[in-house]
Amino acid sequence: MIKLDVNGKVHELDVSPDTPLLWVIRDHLKLMGTKYGCGIAACGACTVHLDGQPVRSCQTPVSSAAGSKVTTIEGVQGPEAKAVQEAWIAAEVPQCGYCQSGQIMAATVLLRQTPKPTDAQITDFMNGNICRCGTYQRIRAAIHQAAAALHKG
Amino acid sequence: MDTRKDSEVSPARRRLSRRRFIQVSALAGGGLLLAFELPVRERLAQAAALVSGTHGAGPPGFAPNAYIRLTPDGVVTLWVAKSEMGQGVMTAMPMLLAEEMDADWAAVRIEQAPSTPAFGQQGTGGSTSVRQSWQPLRHAGATARAMLVAAAAAQWKVAPGDCHAKAGAVVGPQGRKAGFGALAAAAARLPVPDQVKLKDPKNYTLIGKPVPRVDAAPKTNGQAVFGIDVQVPGMLVASVTQCPAFGGKLAHVDDRAARAIPGVHAVLPISSGVAVVANDFWTAKKGRDALKITWDLGPNARLDDAAIAALLHKAAQEPGVRAWKVGAGDAAVAAAQAPGGKLVEASYTLPFLAHATMEPMNCTAHVQKDRCDIWAPTQAQTFNQGTASRITGLPETAIHVHTTFLGGGFGRRFEQDFVAQAVEISKAVARPVKVVWLREDDMRHDFYRPANLALMRAALGADGTLRAWSHKVVGPSIMARVFPSRVRNGLDMGAVDGAVELPYALPNAETRYVMCNTPVPVGFWRSVGHSINGFTVESFMDEIAHAAGQDPYRFRRALLGRDKRALQTLDTAAAMAGWGKPLPAGHFHGIAMHRGFGSTVTQVAEVSVNPAGEVTVHRVSCAVDCGQVVNPNTVQAQMESAIVYGLSAALLDGIRLRDGGVVQANFDTYRVLRFDATPHVDVRIIQSGEAPGGIGEPGTPPIAPAVTNAVFAATGKRVRSLPIRAETLKA
Repeated sequence: MIKLDVNGKVHELDVSPDTPLLWVIRDHLKLMGTKYGCGIAACGACTVHLDGQPVRSCQTPVSSAAGSKVTTIEGVQGPEAKAVQEAWIAAEVPQCGYCQSGQIMAATVLLRQTPKPTDAQITDFMNGNICRCGTYQRIRAAIHQAAAALHKG
Repeated sequence: MDTRKDSEVSPARRRLSRRRFIQVSALAGGGLLLAFELPVRERLAQAAALVSGTHGAGPPGFAPNAYIRLTPDGVVTLWVAKSEMGQGVMTAMPMLLAEEMDADWAAVRIEQAPSTPAFGQQGTGGSTSVRQSWQPLRHAGATARAMLVAAAAAQWKVAPGDCHAKAGAVVGPQGRKAGFGALAAAAARLPVPDQVKLKDPKNYTLIGKPVPRVDAAPKTNGQAVFGIDVQVPGMLVASVTQCPAFGGKLAHVDDRAARAIPGVHAVLPISSGVAVVANDFWTAKKGRDALKITWDLGPNARLDDAAIAALLHKAAQEPGVRAWKVGAGDAAVAAAQAPGGKLVEASYTLPFLAHATMEPMNCTAHVQKDRCDIWAPTQAQTFNQGTASRITGLPETAIHVHTTFLGGGFGRRFEQDFVAQAVEISKAVARPVKVVWLREDDMRHDFYRPANLALMRAALGADGTLRAWSHKVVGPSIMARVFPSRVRNGLDMGAVDGAVELPYALPNAETRYVMCNTPVPVGFWRSVGHSINGFTVESFMDEIAHAAGQDPYRFRRALLGRDKRALQTLDTAAAMAGWGKPLPAGHFHGIAMHRGFGSTVTQVAEVSVNPAGEVTVHRVSCAVDCGQVVNPNTVQAQMESAIVYGLSAALLDGIRLRDGGVVQANFDTYRVLRFDATPHVDVRIIQSGEAPGGIGEPGTPPIAPAVTNAVFAATGKRVRSLPIRAETLKA
């Protein structure tokens, strides 16, 4: 049995310890907002927070997440997350939308660590997150917008 | 009075009364239901007949495939049989309806249509959704409005002409006002008017306005349900391993270790490989990894890039079939070699490309004795029905396709392979089954954008004018696999899209096609033939301009004199980019124009090339004429998207082949554009007032040649093969 704290709720799970956190979140906890994209930590679609840090859940064994606080798109909170989600809608970021949970989870941490990121800092932090609809320009704009909203608010 | 222009009405429609295409019915509880018909592409109908063997070309009649419901609470619901894959169809289609209905936008809902016969043929592709719906959805809206106005006028005992609709209500004399919901029951009892008046575009309140996407919120909080997210009670999850070589098959599988894993239910050899069925995805993958499989790699075991190149070059020696001819055609190239003239020749090659949608292929199916349910991110619901019918033996009417959001489509989700797997496995295990592909499966078992070889020749007169143009397109045919009946005398018109009917005024021109099918499966990839031929045509046009000693923009300009729409996009993009004006040191411009899907797009790329030969695209100026704009937000987003999609193919990786299969397996080796290489994109929309053109695809073709033309300006080196390779551009 593995004890896992996801979005503030502790679950006791009978899963093999090498199971990637991604598949525990999706198949065992039925939280489907976190997406599978590549399985090799190359696309960022599966990004969740582990004690507030962004991790690729497809390459994180569930055993290594035990004892930590896991946050998914369904549970992400706080002023940065709210600002990011609002900016995403205002800037009309999503197209197909599949990668956006991961993009939002990454951008939220970026703004917590770097309240007013430069373009170069955005590129550096977000470069692991692929979007095949090519929404990068809007994501960049939305991050700036969210940063401005946080600064004002 | 009907204000439609004749040119906007298809001949078939003109002969038949509109009444046959819109029908009304009252709903229990006082609502109104309007049923109407959206046209379906002929090829879709033909293909459905082909796939299923059951659809005949029946007599024309009323076959509604779209419905509007108005309930007493005033909520207007539109069911659409189109798939939302990011292109904004869920927002654009209700806009067309709500505009002419004068509905309250806040009270408009959209529902994904189920695949029952009531909704007719379903499929999404070819940038056709808005183009096909433009007339019928507005007419349906105007019809509903007219009936609601008539109902109100009758209640108030006034003339309908003294009433008008506004924001979900009918307003009459002396300040009378009634909400649509309160009028629905009375309106449902009225006859459908034969003639309705459409709005003057200058009175539009929604069409042409930046209406926010209706699907933005669920796509920012994790609530949007994609195919991979589908949950069905009692469902199992399957992972299928397929032969790494195209055309190979299973020789032997030792599944003892896989079956021993707790949670693995079954290991099944299926027609496309070996399926491991388990409680959940990770267990299925573990089971799959534990299989000991011997493949019979089949006849293509030695296939590689060199073999494909050899096939294409051999085929290029054939004359092929003529797809387009102007004046004396190809013969004029030789004839025009007058003294002082110039012959320009070049060949271009393009690789196979994967779609690499963010959501890997997946499908959930539940086959039961008397019905089969399919939950899928699909672009081809009607084909899915045919596929499932063939596998299960059930009639198509018993196949129910539930369309989810699509995590990218780009043409890949038109295919049937992932659906067939889920149906086959569910049938075998008699349980609901979700098949989820690994990224590696998705990359190695795609239906790829065809590889291509193009032979180009052009003759310039002594005065530097273009006298003759010749283009031989050599490559695999998608239609030969998908819709063979559309290939006539060896000509696949889809393969020459963008190489025929060019907007340029060419006194003599000829385009020929040589079909060269290979063992690599090919399919529709965003903009299809246009992305291939757009690169070739616009690269070669640039070569000719330089051979003529002319500025590439002005050279094109001179050839577009009679095509105002093309010219305007060209001029606009050039002006946006500041063509001819000084650029930052080391930066150079390239331009390319392309027409397809009823839209014309010109892009100017601002590029630099470093001494290592690495190309950076700094900025793209994009001018698009897509006729009447429905939602400018979406048009702009689709241009940005199409540019990034095309840049991935131009700058990063093509599919490489070895030992009969695809070398790459994931995003580490088949790289796609990321933040660091994404240029700043400016989009300007030109309002030409024409009927709407497509927007999902036409932004892709011009970007690669705009970049390589800029690379030529920067280095003097002509890129005739994609992706661009830095080693060929080293200083």
